[in-house]
Amino acid sequence: MPADRNTRLVTRNFGNERARQIGSYEEAGGYQALRKALAMQPADIVAEVKASNLRGRGGAGFPTGVKWGFLPKGAPNVHLVCNADESEPGTCKDRELIYWDPHLLIEGMVMSAYALGAVHNYIYIRGEMMREVVVLERAVAEAYERGYLGANVLGSGFRCELTVHRGAGAYICGEETALLNSLEGKRGWPRLKPPFPAVKGLFGEPTIVNNVETLMNVPFIIADGGPRFAELGVGRSGGTRIVCVSGHVNKPGVYELPMTITFRQLIDEVCGGMWKGRAVKGVIPGGSSMPPLDADELDVPVEFDALMTDVRIKPVEVGRGTFFDMGGGKQLRTMAGSGGIVVFDEQTDVVALCWRIMAFYHHESCGQCTPCREGTGWLEKICKRMVDGQGRAGDIDLLASIAVGIAGNTICPLGEAAAWPMLGFLTKFRGDFEARLRRAQESHARPAPGAAAAVAGRPQ
Amino acid sequence: MTPQFSAQAKQKLDALRQRYPSSQPVVLAALHLAQKEHGDLRDDVLRLVAETLELSYAHVYGVATFYTMFRRTAGGTNTLRVCTNISCMLRGAYDVLGAFEKQLGLRVGQANADFTLVEEECIAACANAPAVVCGTRYFLDVTPEQVAGIVAELKAEPHPESEVV
Ligand SMILES: Cc1cc2nc3c(=O)[nH]c(=O)nc-3n(C[C@H](O)[C@H](O)[C@H](O)COP(=O)(O)O)c2cc1C
Ligand code: SF4
Ligand code: FES
Repeated sequence: MPADRNTRLVTRNFGNERARQIGSYEEAGGYQALRKALAMQPADIVAEVKASNLRGRGGAGFPTGVKWGFLPKGAPNVHLVCNADESEPGTCKDRELIYWDPHLLIEGMVMSAYALGAVHNYIYIRGEMMREVVVLERAVAEAYERGYLGANVLGSGFRCELTVHRGAGAYICGEETALLNSLEGKRGWPRLKPPFPAVKGLFGEPTIVNNVETLMNVPFIIADGGPRFAELGVGRSGGTRIVCVSGHVNKPGVYELPMTITFRQLIDEVCGGMWKGRAVKGVIPGGSSMPPLDADELDVPVEFDALMTDVRIKPVEVGRGTFFDMGGGKQLRTMAGSGGIVVFDEQTDVVALCWRIMAFYHHESCGQCTPCREGTGWLEKICKRMVDGQGRAGDIDLLASIAVGIAGNTICPLGEAAAWPMLGFLTKFRGDFEARLRRAQESHARPAPGAAAAVAGRPQ
Repeated sequence: MTPQFSAQAKQKLDALRQRYPSSQPVVLAALHLAQKEHGDLRDDVLRLVAETLELSYAHVYGVATFYTMFRRTAGGTNTLRVCTNISCMLRGAYDVLGAFEKQLGLRVGQANADFTLVEEECIAACANAPAVVCGTRYFLDVTPEQVAGIVAELKAEPHPESEVV
């Protein structure tokens, strides 16, 4: 049976202040799945995860079991690293998951580490999440006390060490290779791939990096079986989907929902409709790096494959009638990304919204690659002058050509994270950009930078 | 006087050192601790971190200047991080930020004894936008009208980030 709107795999303890204490967690059946896992062969656990159709919840939606299969056979020093750096604008699930249910994450990590043969494991948590660092460190200490971590986990002979490693402020450290460099005590600079972390990761050793939500689903998969998890989802996407809905809806929130729910149902039936009785203008479906949907594209489900392939979503253009080529002629529609869904209403200034996204990626570019470092700066600057009513003829084409010049020409995907939404906003809301330019030309003689403060906030 | 780590901090660093194959991965924790004990990461504080972990000064300097939570000059007791990223912007974050500037008499990036005011990127509280974080304390669904109260509360009961290291 597929999941329904009441199915709770990873959010069942939201709102329960006691759940983060190990005693309460155990009383509710916690760490039973770990006992079951430790009685299984590691390869059988990997097989269950493969059968579950669990896909990475950190952004790319890559099948977890397949990723685990990339580890070289019999590698001696393997690491499992949990990516808890959550900082993609619009995304607020991992922080809540850690805060309400830290032991579910630890349990998921221990059994995953057992499956992978990983002894020295780490949770890389974002530096600004101070309340969550406290919660997590306490939970890890409890798990050591009760023998769920340590030299001999529950007497099984399996050694599992887990260290909470705190970041210090840098969005780019969410990118897995930047994260590994940061964990090694370096600047958070992404590494060229290949080699992939599964082959050469932390300390030069094979490493699996997984998102918080991804790992928290593993106890369910072990308890109820991979096929059951697969059945909760649809197609190649198993389980439920956590969405973080923000922006102009009446009830923003973090919701665990069936993969098949559409954006329209989500807004109207789960989030209480749009605020102030207004209409939807558009939706960012998976964190600020994903191309937006317009109001005509809301009947698609939030599921991974649907957002990449559903023909009701217009493909992203690089210019009028020419589509962005993802390689091999594959068109870019959008992606489910991190589950950060940002809804904006009909009165939204999308040029200002787009400027804020570009300002973010410019600020967070690590600076290694010229197209990203310089290109994101230009995208920000040109968007800003349009917001300020000082756009120039040709600026729309210029934005598109800069974005095209970034995509595919950088070490890590942060370049695309700026280029894709830029092109996506131009494709779906071109009229808004054109209107801005027209108005700028009409009032050519008297630029009014003060106007920007009213729409975008502050003059720079 | 050359800065030193407290006995407690040294103990903490020694324990952390056991969690990694070398001392280098401890550098972020050491910088957090150094900032806690010395207020900021001046040159001689960076040198202390380098010597403690047996790393080059250049390496430690490079790391300290990459991450936004580290500061090289003095800051206030509380670091107020006001998110203005998209989810918060859509619900009035710039008005909230403006209210903080007015209330504190500070521009973004400035500090007085009690507060450092930071315009922050998404702090993963988007469903409760606009969001503000100060140490372990979150302020959610913030309106400009609440700003005076928040400032008064934090003055009476500070939440320095250094509580957490
Ligand atoms: C710029 C950038 C930022 C990222 N930030 C995060 C993040 O904050 N959290 C996360 O889990 N994954 C993030 N990712 C994705 C990771 O690189 C990686 O794919 C993911 O952690 C793998 O885990 P999963 O397979 O369980 O999704 C980011 C990727 C990029 C390119
Ligand atoms: S694409 Fe940008 S963030 Fe990524 S490595 Fe290059 S400069 Fe750094
Ligand atoms: S955008 Fe402000 S908390 Fe995410």
